[in-house]
Amino acid sequence: MAERDGALRVLVALAVGLIALAFPFFASGYHIYQGSQVLILAIALLGLNLLTGFNGQISLGHGAFFAIGGYGAAILITKFGLPFWAAIPLASVVCFVAGFLFGFPALRFGGLYLALATFALAVATPQILSYTGFDALTGGSQGISLPKPLAPLGISLNSDQWLYLVCLGSAAALYWAARNLAGGRIGRALIAIRDQPIAAETMGVNAALYKTTCFGVSALYAGVAGGLSAIAVGFVSPESFGLPLSLAFLVGIVVGGLASLNGVLFGALFIEFVPNIADQLSVNFGESAKALPGAIYGTLLILVMAAMPTGVAGAARAAANAVLRGLAPSRPAKVEIDDGATNAVANSARFSTIGNVSSIRFCN
Amino acid sequence: MGEFLHQLASGVALGGVYAIMALALVMIYQATQLINFAQGEMAMFSTYFAWKLIDLGEPYWLAFFATVLVSFIGGVVIERLIVRPFANAPVLASVIVFIGLSLIFNSLAGWLYGYSVQSFDSPFTSKPLFGAGYMSAHESGSIVVTLAVLALVYAFFRFTPLGLAMRAAAQNPVSSRLVGIRVGRMLAIGWGLAAAIGSIAGMMAAPIVYLDPNMMGGVLLYAFAGAVLGGIDNPFGAAVGGFAVGVLGNLVGAYVVGSEVKLSVALAIIIAVLVWRPSGLFGRRLVARV
Repeated sequence: MAERDGALRVLVALAVGLIALAFPFFASGYHIYQGSQVLILAIALLGLNLLTGFNGQISLGHGAFFAIGGYGAAILITKFGLPFWAAIPLASVVCFVAGFLFGFPALRFGGLYLALATFALAVATPQILSYTGFDALTGGSQGISLPKPLAPLGISLNSDQWLYLVCLGSAAALYWAARNLAGGRIGRALIAIRDQPIAAETMGVNAALYKTTCFGVSALYAGVAGGLSAIAVGFVSPESFGLPLSLAFLVGIVVGGLASLNGVLFGALFIEFVPNIADQLSVNFGESAKALPGAIYGTLLILVMAAMPTGVAGAARAAANAVLRGLAPSRPAKVEIDDGATNAVANSARFSTIGNVSSIRFCN
Repeated sequence: MGEFLHQLASGVALGGVYAIMALALVMIYQATQLINFAQGEMAMFSTYFAWKLIDLGEPYWLAFFATVLVSFIGGVVIERLIVRPFANAPVLASVIVFIGLSLIFNSLAGWLYGYSVQSFDSPFTSKPLFGAGYMSAHESGSIVVTLAVLALVYAFFRFTPLGLAMRAAAQNPVSSRLVGIRVGRMLAIGWGLAAAIGSIAGMMAAPIVYLDPNMMGGVLLYAFAGAVLGGIDNPFGAAVGGFAVGVLGNLVGAYVVGSEVKLSVALAIIIAVLVWRPSGLFGRRLVARV
């Protein structure tokens, strides 16, 4: 059954990869654009999930780092004439530093205070971006428009297709990096800090370093996503980086599944298409449809926490296990070992012993 | 000088709103060690309820007290239905649930009452009660209401048996249960009181910031700053902190950075306090037992 499980996983991964790769050659321009958006959101969710899902640090303000990435890239491209492939990495390095610095005092905060500080950051971000003192750089409340990059000479792709492939490449590389980070020694340390901070430190995990670096890496992911979003949309403005964006990220990782890297794809699809569908409904229902995304988000946050703390990814895994078990009825069902994801939100009371290896095991 | 006094006075009036909001936050924090991120949206929703009553022709003060009562009941119901199931959940789950709650109230208000900005009448329409020339009638009235709320809350917790029981339940739930206090019920009442106090903050803020589903965003942020500054586990500190950040925000906004980035002042206060004095001015320094 283990082989079967592994084979199924490889098959699903191959299928998702192939569909993602073939998508821009079949879909229409607008759908390709939406596809890019989903990939961009998935990158941001990967970063936030490393921080919140794996390391247990709550950030309600990742929209701010997304904004730094977006504005950074936009400024480097329009004011300094850098090409996008240089501007986005540079901007995301800035994000890493910003995240590291924000994570530094955050060490002293503890979970709840960190949530409070990042909440404040999210609320204040649009005001800071439209501050008249920075007008020359940020364009004030007008924002910055930037040109869409064209495919390099010799490649016959239109700019939407090219951008999509850039996003897909970035997302794949960052997914691979996150998987390696989370699956190895570092990931175990992050989860240990989340579940048993004191035990982790006594075992030699440098919690301060891991937490700040994790915050930095997470901000870097948000920065890459912000930069890609700036060139994909062709425009950055203060109002698009407010609290709703930060909360949408939170919804994304919760719905997709806390501490699940595969879940971010569900989460990204969800937060991309729910507002879209609400927009379409507003044609029929008028202004009240504006309330729909918030109502769905809020209800789902509470329901998922109450009934399905591992999100869609956890539910999918459980369903896949059930199917596999059904295919092999003669063999005794393997006892599923609790993985990191299950514990992300439900660890405190049930797993109080350090000896419980399952709580620091990671499998995805 | 006149301009300065004017800024100072309106800072005190706004600070009063932040102070009651911060008090509501502290009330829930003391009992459950959680920060209610939905407090602002709950207050906003209550304010819409008052607005609807006034719109239907009820007199202001009837609408005011009806709203306080309904908010109290609403707070109790929310505690029983939504908060209680997560009583033993980790902080992350609770924060997510509170965020969910705030999103629900925000969209519910938008759906029921629309997203357009409404004006909200003040009961204090004639001349200012005091400080004429430096503050509006509403601002002076709002300060009086704030002080009355603070005094009432103090008296409630200091002089009534129920208040004593609530303090006991918050400080030591296990021992309180042993002496016959219904701790769960105390928590529900605490939520009700926080919602009721929050609704007063909303009704006092609405004539100043105008009524729309997002009106409490800035107020909640400043209330956080006030609670953190005063010490999140200390009601007196939170009230002082609320007034302090109200004045500070107005003065720094007016003379240093410009009022269009006033929210960043709250952010700066929060971060500065957390970096230099995480327990706030009046809070107890928290020592964790390993």
